[in-house]
Amino acid sequence: MSDKVKVTIDGITVEVAPGTSILNAARQIGGDIVPPAMCYYSKLEGSGGKCRTCIVKVSKGSEKDPRPMPKLVASCRTTVMDGMEVQNITSPEVIEARSGVVEMLLINHPLDCPVCDQAGECDLQNLGYEHGLQKTRYEFERRTFERIDIGDKIQLHMNRCILCYRCVFTADQITNKRVHGILNRGDHSEISTYIQTAVDNDFSGNVIDVCPVGALTDKTFRFKNRVWFTKPIDAHRDCPTCSGKVTLWYKGEDVLRVTARKDIYGEVEEFICNTCRFDKKKTADWTIEHPTHISDASVIASNHYETLKPLPVIQDNAKLQLANKVELEKTTKF
Amino acid sequence: MARKLLLEHINVPGINTLDVYRQKGGYRAVEKALKTLTPDEVVEEVKKSGLRGRGGAGFPTGMKWSFLAKPEGVARYLVCNADESEPGTFKDRYLMTYIPHALIEGMIVSSFALGANTSYIYVRGEMMPQIRILEKAIAEAKNAGLLGKNILGSGYDLELYVQPGGGAYICGEETALLESLEGKRGNPRIKPPFPAIAGLYGCPTVVNNVESIAAVVPIINDGGDEYAKIGIGRSTGTKLISASGNLVKPGVYEIELGLPVEEFIYSDEYCGGIANGKRLKATVAGGSSVPILPANLTLKLANGEPRLMSYESLSEGGFATGTMLGSGGFIAFDEDQCIVRNTWNFSRFYHHESCGQCSPCREGTGWMEKVLHRLEYGHGKMSDIDLLVDVSKKIEGNTICPLGDAAAWPVASAIRHFRDEFEWHVKEPVKSLDTNYGLANYAEPIAKAEVTTGD
Repeated sequence: MSDKVKVTIDGITVEVAPGTSILNAARQIGGDIVPPAMCYYSKLEGSGGKCRTCIVKVSKGSEKDPRPMPKLVASCRTTVMDGMEVQNITSPEVIEARSGVVEMLLINHPLDCPVCDQAGECDLQNLGYEHGLQKTRYEFERRTFERIDIGDKIQLHMNRCILCYRCVFTADQITNKRVHGILNRGDHSEISTYIQTAVDNDFSGNVIDVCPVGALTDKTFRFKNRVWFTKPIDAHRDCPTCSGKVTLWYKGEDVLRVTARKDIYGEVEEFICNTCRFDKKKTADWTIEHPTHISDASVIASNHYETLKPLPVIQDNAKLQLANKVELEKTTKF
Repeated sequence: MARKLLLEHINVPGINTLDVYRQKGGYRAVEKALKTLTPDEVVEEVKKSGLRGRGGAGFPTGMKWSFLAKPEGVARYLVCNADESEPGTFKDRYLMTYIPHALIEGMIVSSFALGANTSYIYVRGEMMPQIRILEKAIAEAKNAGLLGKNILGSGYDLELYVQPGGGAYICGEETALLESLEGKRGNPRIKPPFPAIAGLYGCPTVVNNVESIAAVVPIINDGGDEYAKIGIGRSTGTKLISASGNLVKPGVYEIELGLPVEEFIYSDEYCGGIANGKRLKATVAGGSSVPILPANLTLKLANGEPRLMSYESLSEGGFATGTMLGSGGFIAFDEDQCIVRNTWNFSRFYHHESCGQCSPCREGTGWMEKVLHRLEYGHGKMSDIDLLVDVSKKIEGNTICPLGDAAAWPVASAIRHFRDEFEWHVKEPVKSLDTNYGLANYAEPIAKAEVTTGD
């Protein structure tokens, strides 16, 4: 008898260690059946359960107690039992409830993606694209807040926040002094530092990386460029405070910003310090490794220089050639 | 007169003092339990009594107690949930104001049964007078040797503390209450683990309503079997009902479960009928979070039998034609009340009280409130009604704690039963501002379902 438990997710069986959550079991399988997660963050203890986008249906509780669970459960905070059967994308009920959650997350979101620095690498944007409706049914004013500067490097734009609490957990766990939390209640609750004091410690910049939306942004990168115009390169340096393993985001020869390396679920691999993030923006500071692998589904991956060449359909058609004269001239320049 | 167990001596002058309370047979249960029974026997009595939680969910109290984990060397806690903030419910406040010792006696017996040496009464912040009353009563009991070290020479120690809350509705949810008691922000915890395994300060904890704890006293005095004889079916014992709304005599009544709803509303012993000679339009039977019912379905089941005040009978017919006993906040609406306005009012409450932790409740309650406000003030659209149903469906069952359900049910049920009134608000936006829809057909006898044989 192995000490692993068997769980079946959307018909795919996997053996995992006892105590694993359904979400992590699904991540071991990988692919489309992994529930999306907006608030759960494997590196942050206690996170998850809040956004409700990862809800799944447990159609069979376990081998011992085969009764299904009465409600949809948050897969990030429900542990697997031996013989559990879970339905994610195979259950229309789950898909409907999830699109309901996505709609709820978006009703007070400003949808200012065209001016948001997170656009292109935003979890909410991806989620909305996959599950959301074409139009909003919300016809009221969205909640608004003033922008707050948390220190000189981070800006909090509360309008965009989906209250995932990730940054609160980061402040709790990565940093040694808690200065950061939630004020107020309900849909007017807001992330804030106490009486707008600056978050002042070596790792405070990580709240930018954990934020799934554009609520916490890097002021050294704000409005510098769209992420899909920049090229991510993995690099490292000898850092006395952190591991020094980062991703550099290049535009031409300039490093526009530095972030921690992220895995396929958008979670950072190792938290990095503020010196690496904000102050080391020269190629000379870093040892370059290789281009970062970006998923083909990401808009950042579309930034291949060869796509600057006009599509074959244009090259064949005289009319279209004329219409795209400027672009064609650019390619001959390169 | 029906039998009274909790409010038997409510009209005795000075019953709030220890002396008078003891003269009337108070603290007999403490003596009986501590001197003649073991903790397990007390739990067994409560199990036998069939007592169900009086806070709203109706979970059997004895069962809840027996689930409590008992690891060696770890403290256990009993927490009394006196954060009564459900609109329409005020029975716990009444009990604490007039017979505080009933609660304290119940706390001693229950703590003894659970092996808790420290217990808390978490009182809602707005109830400052009740907090003073309880603190005074605890001091009296302590002076008499009923609290503290070695109670009545039995070797059992108990410290009882009163903790004022901040007045948030969400802190009535048991895990949010524990968070608040620990001094944190009152956000419900994600379950499992349940409080019986890891509750207050990570220790096994039982959270019970004031009335459930007070009901332990007559159970121990008379025995669980005797208590189980009162009531009907699985709804045993007596229940405090907070009657409010357009009634001749609103107030707190102790009823035997199984009393017909019609008798409760119209008999002189209880509410004495609808005030000002008007007719009943609708009721909310168990506090604002349970589904609202029109008059005809309140008094009669869908099959024409009379509806009774019991856990089973009130929920007969599911959400299609039934409601819930909940915490016993009975609100009656007469023919001049506007259901749309009332639904908006409830919705406003849940919007205000949502903790903002999980997205469906945080965003959905505000959305429903805004749509209902629009409907009430004559700017509604026909599509809003279906939108409300859809939003309430998206909230219900998808949230961390039951507040999402509590916000969704009143809206969904109001539209289910009073859809024509909502439609009238859309069609007559100007008229609906100063007149209301009236009784309509909500009190007419329910049409009998005809049995047809398909040949």
